[in-house]
Amino acid sequence: MMKKELGLCLLLAVISAITGAINPAFLSFVNLLNMANLIGLFGVFALGEGLVIITGGIDLSLGSMFALLGVVFVDLLTTYQIYWPFALVLVLLGGLALGGVQGFLITRLKMQPFIVTLCGLLIYRGAARYYTSDSTRGFGYGDEASTLSNIASGNIAGIPNTFIFLIILALILGVLLHRSVYGRWLYAVGKNEEAARFSGISTNIVIATAYIISGGLAGVSTVLFVFYTNSVSPSSFGNFYELYAIAAAVLGGCSLRGGEGSILGVVLGTALLQVLQNLVNILGIPNSLNFAVMGTVILVGVLADQQLQARRRRKVALAGLARTAPKSTFAQEKQGASGGAAALPARTGDQA
Amino acid sequence: MAETLLELAGISKTYPGVKALDDVSLRVYRGEVLGLIGENGAGKSTLMRVLGGVIAPSDGVIRIGGKDHAQMTVSGATQAGIAFVHQELNLFENLDVAANVFIGREKRTGGPLKLVDDAEMRARVTPLLERLGADFKPDTLIENLSIAERQMVEIAKALSIDARVIIMDEPTSSLTISETERLLEVIADLTAHGISVIYISHRLGEIMTCADRVVVLRDGRTVGELARDELSHVAMIRLMIGRDLKELYTPPKRSPQPGGCDIVGLVTSAFPDRQINLSVRRGEILGLAGLVGAGRTSLARAAFGIDPLLGGEIRIDNAPVGVASPRDAIRQGIYLVPEDRKKSGLVLELPIRENVTLASLLNYARMWLVNGAAEHKVAKEQARSLSIKAPSIDMEAVTLSGGNQQKVVLGKWLSMQPRVMFFDEPTRGIDVGAKSEIYALMRKLADQGVAIVMISSDMEEVIGVSDRVAVMHEGSVSGVLEREQFSEYNVLRLAIGQAPETVEAAAP
Repeated sequence: MMKKELGLCLLLAVISAITGAINPAFLSFVNLLNMANLIGLFGVFALGEGLVIITGGIDLSLGSMFALLGVVFVDLLTTYQIYWPFALVLVLLGGLALGGVQGFLITRLKMQPFIVTLCGLLIYRGAARYYTSDSTRGFGYGDEASTLSNIASGNIAGIPNTFIFLIILALILGVLLHRSVYGRWLYAVGKNEEAARFSGISTNIVIATAYIISGGLAGVSTVLFVFYTNSVSPSSFGNFYELYAIAAAVLGGCSLRGGEGSILGVVLGTALLQVLQNLVNILGIPNSLNFAVMGTVILVGVLADQQLQARRRRKVALAGLARTAPKSTFAQEKQGASGGAAALPARTGDQA
Repeated sequence: MAETLLELAGISKTYPGVKALDDVSLRVYRGEVLGLIGENGAGKSTLMRVLGGVIAPSDGVIRIGGKDHAQMTVSGATQAGIAFVHQELNLFENLDVAANVFIGREKRTGGPLKLVDDAEMRARVTPLLERLGADFKPDTLIENLSIAERQMVEIAKALSIDARVIIMDEPTSSLTISETERLLEVIADLTAHGISVIYISHRLGEIMTCADRVVVLRDGRTVGELARDELSHVAMIRLMIGRDLKELYTPPKRSPQPGGCDIVGLVTSAFPDRQINLSVRRGEILGLAGLVGAGRTSLARAAFGIDPLLGGEIRIDNAPVGVASPRDAIRQGIYLVPEDRKKSGLVLELPIRENVTLASLLNYARMWLVNGAAEHKVAKEQARSLSIKAPSIDMEAVTLSGGNQQKVVLGKWLSMQPRVMFFDEPTRGIDVGAKSEIYALMRKLADQGVAIVMISSDMEEVIGVSDRVAVMHEGSVSGVLEREQFSEYNVLRLAIGQAPETVEAAAP
């Protein structure tokens, strides 16, 4: 389970070391803090995407959600002059509600996640553009929400708050996913929804909750992004960001078939993506190659992961053969059962 | 003796550290049914894969029509007239019968365009279907066919390549009694035409009926061969497990107690115009027989809250219980061991431990956080008391044999408080040794006061295990047999909707 994350850490370290060796500016304090800020910004909603992908679904609507929630948020603060905590709560509720609607359509009305969230992508973007007549919304020179702005885009001892938010949220979701009953159900539902249902798990609620959490995190991300850019242009704000989240989750070990992935993996996946983007800048690679580099690394990463998994499965299959075939090893195994050592000869036999 | 069609001589297959096959020899004569039996893991499937060219043997010779081969290829085996009818049918549901029969060998037309010639293929398949007595057409989609009919398609496919040896791997595991009989008739017809059949099955009764000769494998070796007149359950089981099986069925320790589960006027969505009335007492195993599609599985699904109840109610110890969802059913102590354990019973990729606690995890959690130690302890206890054979409870369920997987499903329920348990085909695809363990577990549960309903299409099992047998026909219970009335004949008559002899059917 942890092997994947360890591999990612190693990859991250190797890439950073090489880039740092070529251009020491990569490891400069300023650059590291800048990357931490971006990792924080992009990590928060990738966590939600990770949960959704573990259910075997996908959320394509995140980027458009940012645009819609973003213009509403700015409008609440500027046009309607609403006290910022209320605006904040309204935006978070908005995210949860949009996630809830998508979850309802997917679980109760049995629509495919791809279609529901694709339509979400189109609808929210269109709504955001119509609402603003396609004009950019931003903060004036007043200090409508300077407190919130300081919280969202400030730093503590130099460490960007966005990064701190990510760490806190990752810890909470890590406990939820890896230690709680809900997390166990989420994996079971992702792997085999029918067996989960036959075990008395309310699979619809489990899946819908994942979409609601993802929506809520989209609300948090909206606020962070709004104060990062200080303005929201409805036609481009958050464009393609859902793809960053999906890429981070997949790179972090989530399988689009569901039932696989970890919070640490998603965080590392996000970090790797940001490091790659930064590396393109720092090494003077033409900026136009940015996406191509990202795509290549994801492709190679997922390919390598699959090859490793196939090897592992072959080993398991061989161990299975060893277990059932000859009675001699069978007896040994029974004795060693409690130790789990079970001297399976096949373990040493992967030279075949 | 008749002409030898096929001979395997001294076949061995070694995997690193394991000898899956060890010097196995067998002959197939023209026009015979060769029964091939052995427990799971004995090497039957490996041997058949060697014969089909899927894997290469490490040693030995495959002799077909006088020619020696060190190994076969898939196409070579097909050309030599070896055909498989698979346990899990390999058909494309979205294509029609003719397309499936000719899959990979499509007839072409239109010259350089090489278009698929549907008309030609259908014309060729028609006589094959007639020969098998199938009542569907070459242009029927596979998804509209029953499992038995799909099997006929597989056999037609074998005939279309002029197969001389047809290998049938557990062909009856999903068939009803009458469909099984139909298949055995077809096999008799095939052998009469000089085709040989290698018949692999755990159902010894069928082997007794149809095999001319039986070869028994154990631990990758041939441990014996029985001629037609030497066939008996005892002889076959002794060879398969290497010792006498004390008793396949465990007798009850105590008689049924009052109370239990009453199903009153239950209406399922599968048969909205029929009602089901059924009672099972505490401490009793009620066999539920009938044809596939008679509504047995629908009944279990409705009682377990998977499918909605359209009417009627379920009472436990005379108190009505609500079962709107599996969660409700589980809360009431109604559990279901489903028909398809890989699809509905287990999350195969999760470890044994997590499968055992899947339904009861909240009992081992505080504030929704899982208490790992408590969970481990429960899983360990179940693994021990059910003697699940695995190196550790952290092994993924997918690595276990069928019998052990079924025990994990049982462990999931036994770690809680069962009151009524439905077993749907509990021993399908499970070998004899593990079968008797499952029967013993069911009996132990009954002796502890659990009311048990066992759905089964295996006649021997129904008659051997049950205290009473209820038979369903087209959505309702057509009769209930007491132990002294048990006979295949009576069950069959009820299954097709007729009254049994010597007994009047219970009021439906």
